[in-house]
This record gives sequence, structure tokens and C-alpha cells, in this order.
Amino acid sequence: MDSEPVKSVRVLSPSGMLGAGWDHATIERGIALGADVISIDAGSTDSGPYYLGSATPKTTAKAVARDLRSLLTAASSAGIPVIVGSCGTSGTDSGVDWVAGIAAEVMAEEGLDLKVARIYSEQDAAGLKEHLDAGRIHPLPPLGPLRAETLESCTHIVGAMGHEPIVAALRAGAQVVLAGRATDTAVAAAYPLMKGMPAGPTWHAAKIVECGGQCTSNPRAGGVLATIDADGFTIEPLDPAVSCTPISVAAHMLYESANPFEMREPDGTLDVRDARYTAVDDRIVRVEGSRFHVADQYTIKLEGARITGYETMSFTAIRDPLILADIDAWADLMRMMIKQRVGQTLGLAHDEYAFDLRLYGHNAVLDDLEPETGPPREVGVMLLVNAPDQATATAIAKVANPLMLHLPTPAMDYLPSLAFASSPAEVERGAAYEFVLNHVVDCADPTSLFRIEMGLNADV
Amino acid sequence: MSETTLADLAHEVRSKNAGPFWVTMELFLRDADGYRIAADESFLNERVIAELYRVEESTVQMFRIPSLNVVKISFPRPIGQGSLRDRDMHAGQHHVPLARMPIRQSAGRDR
Repeated sequence: MDSEPVKSVRVLSPSGMLGAGWDHATIERGIALGADVISIDAGSTDSGPYYLGSATPKTTAKAVARDLRSLLTAASSAGIPVIVGSCGTSGTDSGVDWVAGIAAEVMAEEGLDLKVARIYSEQDAAGLKEHLDAGRIHPLPPLGPLRAETLESCTHIVGAMGHEPIVAALRAGAQVVLAGRATDTAVAAAYPLMKGMPAGPTWHAAKIVECGGQCTSNPRAGGVLATIDADGFTIEPLDPAVSCTPISVAAHMLYESANPFEMREPDGTLDVRDARYTAVDDRIVRVEGSRFHVADQYTIKLEGARITGYETMSFTAIRDPLILADIDAWADLMRMMIKQRVGQTLGLAHDEYAFDLRLYGHNAVLDDLEPETGPPREVGVMLLVNAPDQATATAIAKVANPLMLHLPTPAMDYLPSLAFASSPAEVERGAAYEFVLNHVVDCADPTSLFRIEMGLNADV
Repeated sequence: MSETTLADLAHEVRSKNAGPFWVTMELFLRDADGYRIAADESFLNERVIAELYRVEESTVQMFRIPSLNVVKISFPRPIGQGSLRDRDMHAGQHHVPLARMPIRQSAGRDR
């Protein structure tokens, strides 16, 4: 499908996330405007390490099915490919299979016969250890050099693919590409790059469309269409009532990236320092001057998460102004009493468990950075316990239960009763995770860490 | 009497994760006058941000973008995303200390 040269490529980005939902009319409008491909991201690290650590999707299956139905029926009629990146939120192998299973159901129900490719991006620690031993794994700030034990401690590790494995799947005839972890931009960049569009405008357009309508005047109204050509790209919202402005487009380059001028991809760096944003009309923006510097070394970024322990949460609330007037002293007493009671009853030393006491309504969100000092009107008290196993975490929370119900301030000579939010007061949260990898692997071949399988069903 | 803050000069002040290990913030100033105040290095600089957020000054990155009237600030997340002590999973509320900063009335004026 990539034999004939083209002058431009139109990428339809329905939304920032598969499962977020959109008005199907916006997809039809994008097709009517001449979309050549539909690209959508299905994942992110943004919602925390749980989704990678446990290989669990953040989205619900019905929402993914609803969105896939919208895309697959429209793309099938138009004869254009659909590319989904970071399937199942974290892009683990089971996330790809989960989306593939939903796609199979939708295609069966709609009578569609589309050629599907699955691209797996999960990495095993043993394979990565060889790269580590060979000096091919390097840290990205703020992390330091990787240790083999860190790789082994991860429950799941993924590599973020560039556009190359997606292009390989398209060249193999895939009409639907379900990719594991991919850079947010590779999903939208793959098809235009395959069609020979220049790297600078393509990667820049891919960054601008990766969150769908976020770069428009009304991010809730649906996605955008980017038209990439030899000199730059234009971008317009799918909803005719919504606008892109030079500011709304340029501002999106700032979103969720530490550096607003540069963005590293596996094969090089997008540089938008000299990009010029101009209004074509009152809702379409033209961008020129984006550059791409090919790197000396091709690198794949790794993401990995491991279990930190098991958590149990308890939540009570305070409305009595007498306690609220002295809330910091109350919280200090609570922390001291929990440690004392846990030591007395469970025989645990301070370093055998951890807890965080959060005063919602007072300073829970900003903690030490909270600038306000006045007494709060009411406070929700969250006790979050982390211990090596669930039973211990819950035991600690239960030892704290009478304190969460009755602890007075140091100055009170009676026991108040506080407002538990639920019965039981304790909620077991299961395993808790943390991200531990922010490292890149030097790769000679852009596809070597990824596995492409044609068809809808996993072989195993 | 309430002081004029950076929030008063901006139409949006926001913060967000930039990956699991960084936080990034943007001040979208309303106009060039507001931008001049916020972009004045003698008023808002890496040292001031380091004190405000209790992070290492050498890790703070600042970007001043006059064409957008934007000042952008990034630094490593002091608390790991999703860890026991992370109270702001998306780092979406950490712009508040920045937004509340009182502006110096002389900042940004021609001197």
C-alpha cells in the first residue's frame, strides 16, 4: 500500500485515549475530509504504576468496544487503516490481547473482515540483563545507573516502540494495528512516515494530535485532523463548531513534556524552536519550520513497575471545631499513638511497615508545601498503610481503628467520636506499585525488541 | 488587603506529570505586561522555585516563551508517582504554590 508517492497524508486523531468516547459524527466528518489513517493512543503512565505493575487496563471493556466499533466500521467503509498504541493502558502483552479480544467481538458483530496485526512490547528481565551487561542500557535523569536486581524486581517491563514496528505491520498488510507500548507520537507518525512525509512536520504533528482535541478551543468536542506535507502540516478540529488557533496549537507542545522545544523519539529529536504557527482561517492552523535531528544512536525507552508492598486504607472525618483548631497536634498525636499501639500489639518495628496520614481539607494535597494556615471547616483523615503483606497492612489499620474513631486532641479530657465514612472502615487496596525504570536501551535494529503477530488471536 | 499574585496575571496556571519522574508547570500570562513580570529572572528564577517546592536548584529547568506569553518550569518529582507518600498522582494540583506567589510591584518594569 506504500508504493505510490503521495503529496500529503491526513491523520485522524479521534481522542487522547481509546475508551474516552466521542461523537461518531466527528469520525465521519474526518473521513469526509479525506482521512488516510486513524491513529489513537490507548495508554499512558500518567495514571500511575498500578496499570503496568498489575497489567490491568484503566478503561472498561465496554468503553473500548464502543470506541473500536466507531473506528473500525468507519475505517472499513473508507478503506483506511486504524492504529492503536499502548493497548490496555500500559501496553503489556495481556493489554494487547485484551484489546484484540474486544476487537474480535466488535468485528464479528459488525461482520467486518479486517487484517489485524498485534505488536508485543513486553520485555523479560533476563533479555534486558544481557543488554545491561553489554553496556547498552543508560539512565535518563533523574534516575541513576540500572542494577540487575531492579530489572528482576519488576512485575512487568515494556519498551516504548517507535514507528518502525508499526510500519512493518502495515507493510505486511495490516488494516488494524494493535500495538503494545509505543511512544504517544509513534502511533500518529507511523503512517505518514511510511508514506514518505518528512520527519520534522510528521513528529511535530504527531505530538500536537496525541491528545485529540486538547489543542483546540474545546477539548471536549472531539478530535482533530492533521494534514502533513513536504513543508509542514495543517491542523483542524473534527467538530465544525470548534477552532484551532496558533496559540492553542503551540501551547499543546508544552503539555506533559518537560522541555517545550525538544522531544526525544527512538530515532532522533524533534526540534520546534523555529516552528511558525499561522492561522489559515479562523479554525485551521498551519505549522512550518519543525525539524528532526536523527540521533547517532537508536534507543528504546523502558518502563517497569514493581510491588512496594500491600496497602490498606482507612478513612474518617472530623467536623468538631475544637479538634480542627488543633488539627496538627491531633495528627502528630495520631502518628505517635499508631506507632506505639502497632509496636505493643503486633510487635512490629517502625521500619517493618509504613503509613501516610493525610488530612484532606487541611493540607493533604500539598503537605509541607501548603501555604494556607487557617483552621479548616472539616477534615477527611485518610490513613494509608503499606506492609509486606495484605494481612499485616490490614492488621495495622485495624489497630488504628479505635484511634481513628476516638482520638482526642492533646488538650481534651474526653473522648470524641469521629465520623467514619464507611463500615468496615478499612479497605484493602491489594498490591501497591512503583515505577523503577527510566532508562533507554541502545538498539541496532528498531524492531528487535518487539514481536509482530498477524491475526486476531494470540498463539498461546 | 489582598496582594496581586501570579494567578491574577495569568489566564491559566497548571501543573502535570511529564512522565513518572518529572513534574512540569506552565504560567499562561494574559498579556505581554504579565509575561514581563513573570519572565523577569530577578523575580522568578531557579532558586525561587527550588525554595518554593523544596527541590534542588540545579535540577530546576525554566523556559521563557515570549511568543506565547508562557513561563514553563520543570523539575524531578520529589515524591515518586504512586508511592505511599504521593498525594497527587497526576501532579495536577502542584501549581498552587506558584500561582499564589505575590508579584513584586517593580518586577518587569524598565529599569
